[in-house]
Amino acid sequence: MRLRVSVVVFPGSNCDRDALHAAETVMRAEARFVWHQDRDLGRPDLVILPGGFSYGDYLRCGAMARFSPVMESVVTHAERGGAVLGICNGFQILCEAGLLSGVLFQNAGLRFVCREVRIRVESTGTPFTSAVPRGTVLRMPVAHGDGNWNAAPDVLREMEAHDQVVFRYVDADGQRAPGATPNGSLDDVAGVRNRRGNVLGLMPHPERAAEAILGSVDGARLLASFVRSAA
Amino acid sequence: MSYRPVAATPALLAEHKLTGDEYERIQSVLGRDPNIVELGIFSALWSEHCSYKTSRVFLKEFPTKGPRVLQGPGENAGAVDIGDSLAVVFKMESHNHPSFIEPFQGAATGVGGILRDIFTMGARPVAVLDPLFFGPLDAPRMHSLVDGVVRGISGYGNCIGIPTVGGSTFFHSSYAKNILVNVMAVGVVRHDRIFRAKAAGPGNPVLYVGSKTGRDGIHGASMASDVFDDEKSKRRPTVQVGDPFVEKLVLEGVLEVLQGDAVVAIQDMGAAGLTSSTFEMCSRGGVGMRLDLSRVPVREEGITPYELMLSESQERMVIVAHQGREEEVTSVFRKWGVDAEVIGEVIAEPRMELLFGGEVVADLPIAPLVEDAPVYRRPFVLPTPLKAAGESVALDGAPDALAALKRLLASLNVSGKEWISSQYDWSVQGDTVVGPGSDAAILRVKGTRKGLALAVAVNPRFVTADPGLGAAHAVVEAALNCAVTGARPLAVTDCLNFGNPERPEILGQLAAAVRGISDACRALDTPVISGNVSLYNETDGRSIVPTPTIGMVGLLEDVAHAVPCRFVREGDVVVLLGETRDEMGASEYLATVLGREEGACPSLDLNAARALVDLLVELASERRLASAHDLSHGGLAVAAAEACFGSGLGAELDLVTALPAARALFSESAPRVLASIPPGEEGPVLAAARRLGVPAAVMGRVVPGVLRIRVNGRGAIAEESAVLERISSQAFRTAMEDA
Repeated sequence: MRLRVSVVVFPGSNCDRDALHAAETVMRAEARFVWHQDRDLGRPDLVILPGGFSYGDYLRCGAMARFSPVMESVVTHAERGGAVLGICNGFQILCEAGLLSGVLFQNAGLRFVCREVRIRVESTGTPFTSAVPRGTVLRMPVAHGDGNWNAAPDVLREMEAHDQVVFRYVDADGQRAPGATPNGSLDDVAGVRNRRGNVLGLMPHPERAAEAILGSVDGARLLASFVRSAA
Repeated sequence: MSYRPVAATPALLAEHKLTGDEYERIQSVLGRDPNIVELGIFSALWSEHCSYKTSRVFLKEFPTKGPRVLQGPGENAGAVDIGDSLAVVFKMESHNHPSFIEPFQGAATGVGGILRDIFTMGARPVAVLDPLFFGPLDAPRMHSLVDGVVRGISGYGNCIGIPTVGGSTFFHSSYAKNILVNVMAVGVVRHDRIFRAKAAGPGNPVLYVGSKTGRDGIHGASMASDVFDDEKSKRRPTVQVGDPFVEKLVLEGVLEVLQGDAVVAIQDMGAAGLTSSTFEMCSRGGVGMRLDLSRVPVREEGITPYELMLSESQERMVIVAHQGREEEVTSVFRKWGVDAEVIGEVIAEPRMELLFGGEVVADLPIAPLVEDAPVYRRPFVLPTPLKAAGESVALDGAPDALAALKRLLASLNVSGKEWISSQYDWSVQGDTVVGPGSDAAILRVKGTRKGLALAVAVNPRFVTADPGLGAAHAVVEAALNCAVTGARPLAVTDCLNFGNPERPEILGQLAAAVRGISDACRALDTPVISGNVSLYNETDGRSIVPTPTIGMVGLLEDVAHAVPCRFVREGDVVVLLGETRDEMGASEYLATVLGREEGACPSLDLNAARALVDLLVELASERRLASAHDLSHGGLAVAAAEACFGSGLGAELDLVTALPAARALFSESAPRVLASIPPGEEGPVLAAARRLGVPAAVMGRVVPGVLRIRVNGRGAIAEESAVLERISSQAFRTAMEDA
């Protein structure tokens, strides 16, 4: 049976169509949009919170979105163990909603940054990485103004202890290095999961690196891993 | 408040930038004196910005037709067929004066305005490109202007989610007090969903959609039609303030509404807001409108009809819907949280009747204000080229070639601009195959195998030396930027930035440039399908150098085989296509290395340009090209260095030439392209070049890591590619961040 993927659309989402395209072409999923004022997610196998500026994000990225009707359903879905993937603004919303730990500050350089980065898989404890060996280096773009992930030292320690850091920014050789992290994130963290592993958030855009024509298929590996884990 | 005729004092006319003659013409059109609302409307519609009253006589010269042209100039944007029942819609505009006053909002609303031109055609915008022209970084405010403009473009484009995939930057002292911010936007639409802005059907409702109207930007159009001085730079209230989030909502709402068939016509409110949008829609349809201005959603109390008609508040549209189907339109916008109000109706008689609080506040005929706006045949003097094209200049005091190359790579105009492009989201929408930093950006067209190559070009130094020839060079460079990827150049949009047209020599530049563009477009079969004119780019009596920016869209039949502009494989054979002549006049070398801005514009053979474009498209379709890079600023040496970037590769090149080394390396002769081809392809490639009459010479091979160029057997340049790349990539970042 085909996987069912629901892509949440906030009025300011701007990667919603990209995410739907990747779900359809890479995951071969039955993908649909869910409007932010709706509560019915459509019994999905996976909910994607796409990138964008949810409600304009004039306050703090994702701060308003967490109060939307659809997010109540997303929280319920996650609490039941349903899979949730937050990309970029979606990651910010998951942090604001308390489904993931930490907070995303403005980039250390105080400027929007769009470039290709490399991230290393640090945890296989999510369906998106269960089929991607630890230490694998993936190439995909980032494009954000607020991707500087931070958490209190004890929170990070606790997360480390439970294998919750899923991706770290690295250089071309797969090593953590000055300049490899585009936004000043604590400990070079690019993506984290909840303890159970069903909720994943990351700043880089796997959906923009999901076809050879776009220069990298490394993002597709994460989506393919999910498909495999669900089979 | 009274709407009796006003006394036309010289001060009132001056404030509205109307001449005495124009006022008399208003009196004869109306058969009476206008009231203040009407005077404001005349002032806006007859401004240079809206009426093109000075440039119109010249613009007629442009070739605008072609088998692929679905919509030429005159609509919100032009449209060109790309097969598969799809069209590409594009246009370029300027936002020069606002960006100098308030760089962030000026640049941001420039992006917002041009995007509305695209989606009102029914097309989803897929890309933005920004040609920017600044003064030297040590000019007053210049750092903050560069920073503000880039942040403005980035803030708006990134939020709305349209990738900014390319552009250009050029620095010159003449822009120190008059920067240029040009913006090109591109969209894709199915043929049968192209919408136009032609009002029709008496009784059909007129809807106002989008942001509420405030008092911002009143007289923006007339500001854009005047020279600048310190006093006017204090005109902050004439700058509009943009909200990309609202624009995103309007965009989605408009595209959703246009999926149905409830809409008759749609137009965005750009310069001169409600006035130009409604008058132009009526003019195209030969009808009129009756509008009740009290129904316009407003941001604050007490806004007058005069202000309502002239406000340039952003993110607003006018829609004419089919009678009885208003609710279909308003319900879509309600879903997106956007205001949509019926403010009036179409009437058969071609006049505009404006009501406010039950009182008629304006009653004007349509045609005399739009089609029959004044047209000026101002005196102009065609420019005399600085020197005969191609004439030689002396190069006294030239440093060695490697030192010169490094200075060029570190110069403002040649250095890499990743500091700028990394602030733009160029990969959103997931269609960007090649982003900023190449000759052309490439987008795939989802659902097809096709790709679009998008490029902008102009070398203002060439245009200064010879406006006609320099403008033709801009078209050729833009075409080559597309053709090096393998794309067939399709059509052109332009943004003609010039000084004060009331000076005959400036108007002469415009006349010559239009001629040059027209000639080149005819030679290349790339009609001009849209564009914009920005005049009065003059501050404190100093004019900008003439800057006719060209935007080009090319079509790739198979995007998977787009040709990159950098070397890809060791052992490939490097070939120079085109002829190198002694043409150092108006060159980057002369300006940057020797500090001289003089000399003749390089000559240009349009037949040779056409042949080179044809050759590139043919070779790419036969997959004989591994890479191809257009030669422009800094000539062969700079192009060879750039081709080595990003891969760890280098090249060993041997030039055999009758020219002295510096001229062979840095001449800016055009059209030329540096290509690399797989070993064994020399025969077919050289044969094809011969057949099309393109000079072609094998120069050497792609090697690891080092760029070595010998001229007539003597070493001229030898340096690690990584060193050259570091110079290019760090120079601009350092200039912006260490100041």
